Amino acid sequence: MADENWKPKIIAIICNWCSYAGADLAGGARIQYPPDIRAVRVMCTGRIDPLFILKAFQDGADGVLVSGCHFGDCHYLEGNFKAAKRMFLLKSVLKNIGLDDKRLRMTFVSASEGAKWGSVMTDVVKTINELGPSPLKEFAR
Amino acid sequence: MAEVKKYEEPRIGVFVCHCGTNIAGSIDVKAVMEYARTLPNVAIADDYQYMCSTPGQNKIAEAINEQKLTGVVVAACSPRLHEPTFRNATKAGGLNPFRFEMANIREQNSWVHMHQPEEATAKAKDAVRIAVAKASLLEDLIPKSVPVEKAAMVVGGGVGGMQAALDLASAGIKTYLVEKTPSIGGRMSQLDKTFPTLDCSQCILTPKMVDVYRHEGIELLTYTEVEAVEGYIGNFDVTLRKKARGVITPAEAEARGIVGGGCTGCGDCATVCPVIKPNPFELGMAPRKAIYIYHPQVSPLIYTVDFDSCVKCGLCVEACDTKQAVDLEAKDEFMTVKVGTVILALGYDIFPIEKKFEWGYKNYDNVITSLEFERLICASGPTGGHLIRPSDGATPKKVAFVLCAGSRDNTGVGKPYCSRFCCMYSLKHAHQIIEKIPGVVPYIFYMDIRSFGKMYEEFYYRIQDEGAKFIRGRVANITQDPVTKNLHVNAEDTLLGRPIDMEVDMVVLAAAIEPTAETEKTRRLFGVSCSQDGWLLEAHPKLNPCGTTTAGVYLAGVCQGPKDIPDTVAQAEGAASAASIPIHRGEVELEPYFAVCMEDKCAGCGLCVNQCPYQALSLVEKEGRTVMQVTEAKCKGCGTCGGFCPGGAIWMQHFATPQIIAQIDAFLLGGEQ
Repeated sequence: MADENWKPKIIAIICNWCSYAGADLAGGARIQYPPDIRAVRVMCTGRIDPLFILKAFQDGADGVLVSGCHFGDCHYLEGNFKAAKRMFLLKSVLKNIGLDDKRLRMTFVSASEGAKWGSVMTDVVKTINELGPSPLKEFAR
Repeated sequence: MAEVKKYEEPRIGVFVCHCGTNIAGSIDVKAVMEYARTLPNVAIADDYQYMCSTPGQNKIAEAINEQKLTGVVVAACSPRLHEPTFRNATKAGGLNPFRFEMANIREQNSWVHMHQPEEATAKAKDAVRIAVAKASLLEDLIPKSVPVEKAAMVVGGGVGGMQAALDLASAGIKTYLVEKTPSIGGRMSQLDKTFPTLDCSQCILTPKMVDVYRHEGIELLTYTEVEAVEGYIGNFDVTLRKKARGVITPAEAEARGIVGGGCTGCGDCATVCPVIKPNPFELGMAPRKAIYIYHPQVSPLIYTVDFDSCVKCGLCVEACDTKQAVDLEAKDEFMTVKVGTVILALGYDIFPIEKKFEWGYKNYDNVITSLEFERLICASGPTGGHLIRPSDGATPKKVAFVLCAGSRDNTGVGKPYCSRFCCMYSLKHAHQIIEKIPGVVPYIFYMDIRSFGKMYEEFYYRIQDEGAKFIRGRVANITQDPVTKNLHVNAEDTLLGRPIDMEVDMVVLAAAIEPTAETEKTRRLFGVSCSQDGWLLEAHPKLNPCGTTTAGVYLAGVCQGPKDIPDTVAQAEGAASAASIPIHRGEVELEPYFAVCMEDKCAGCGLCVNQCPYQALSLVEKEGRTVMQVTEAKCKGCGTCGGFCPGGAIWMQHFATPQIIAQIDAFLLGGEQ
């Protein structure tokens, strides 16, 4: 498994109002972070069906990041609470199927936290690098 | 969804932007464009220096016509910046604007991977592939138009809120001005003079207060707070709590059938009131009765009962006599008003500077804040405009002004930001004592003097010429002589490079400012974000400084960030203009990201109904079975129901499950493995 050239494939599903805006702010401020994460934008983390995340792992993702607004800041009042509950349950599902639950992470980054977005990116990539390639990778497709 | 036109074969046009060197500096744009040509469904791929320019936008329209495109992808900056631009370009080419998808290769790529061109280019290719996958599945959507209520609300009755309300009302819009204290006027009414013109603050403010009070288009709601907010742009239902005032106006008296009754502001009630409390308007430096007016120039001139300290002896009721204005049994009242747009002008509080214990505020009598100085130097203040030492009533001859008291403070105790007007008002304070006290010497301890506004630098020179002494250094600590109550100011003069221990009669701390205690609650009611320091977040710092991310809610004044009176009034006028646009237009378009129930898949379990934060979903009987139904006017498109439906029966327009799965698959399965 330990391929020298392995680069993690990480997908971030992030909300339009807080984390996506925070990521844009990080860009404006030229905060540098590792380039291993690809973002998919949704209006709210509440939109995220746990099946999206299972599909990503099934497709061989090494890590999935879900990022939304801070509690109480949700543009739609409580979508992030619901997302957090779903991710909590989903983590136990991941454990049951033998996947390290650290491969799924939920963070809360506001529209003004560009620097925090940068450190989240760095930290997620570091975590996935330590975990190595997903054991589901060879079954992908 | 049934009527949505589905194309047999998607034909996508991809356009990659150089953005000068913003993108092309770290991403090989040509390689990304060439790569796009190899992707399934891509009919044409092109690149251009600036896609947002007119020639760039024309390329899109031309390609749609020539290539019979079914979808458009632009790889450029953030969709939060230019999505509307390219949607319009897509529409100009004759395609539904919602068939456009953006790949963010600037804010979330070239700018954050500036020194990794290979990785950045690979990431840009992935982003284009992901966007093409989504664009291949996009459908025609029609934005929904909703009517806009021809009324507005301004929350906060300081100078910013008053200006915004005046502008809105003068533009013919019914405006509710909501103020939590018993009077409009705000912080400005506590100030003595204003820099750099030295206008008397009250003299320029009170005419505006009168204008607000008299304006027939403004419904002034003082001693009132926002309790709840429902709805969206054009149709906000705002519930207000009118706090029990205990005193009725002449109009209210008339409504109750009391002829010639109601409060006339005579003050007979306060004369007989036996309860004496510190006056918050005078920052506790003067007494106040339990029935009071907020300050001498209040508008409206109506007394208020402080029910927290009132003993209900009834002497005021007797004193009021036939006017019958006092009602000690009054209760809070609630009212709901419908408005199209809202301006938040929530103002600021003074940072509790006693937290910086090294300066001894609240421990040493003769250490005061600048706002207390304003009240002491003001002719209508507790000392009639005589600056005195709180310890002994003597006139100070040596006064130290400590700037950046809690501002520009990275210790974690104070505020990291510049409070922006302290330099200027401290210069004004120096001028005021030189003018009033013969032989006085003001010593100004500063880090930098920020005199950035029109005629501000000139004012700074003037104060230097008048004899104020400037010492560049942050004050380390202040100690008190226990006998004389004089203060020792310890600092380093960084220009001379030597420590200073200066004995002065009085210290004035130019304390930092912070958001008001109610700001957090109010912003959450309106769904407005804040920055790390708690100030409300504008939609864009440069291009939309009055707007917020909640459509129909605008910002004015210090609640958006520290600013002085001219800037506050200017922003208030900007916010009023912005808030009047949807009202004058009469209708707004809402993005059509609604949930749609796919009735053939819906099992009618109803689990989604409780997920919706807006009560937009309900179960109905249709053709003999139960299915979910969406009330479009209530749906805001968050998709929380769609993320939960166990049967996958909810179609989130523009963020539908197949579209998102296609994006995930395109990233993980579509590229080079």
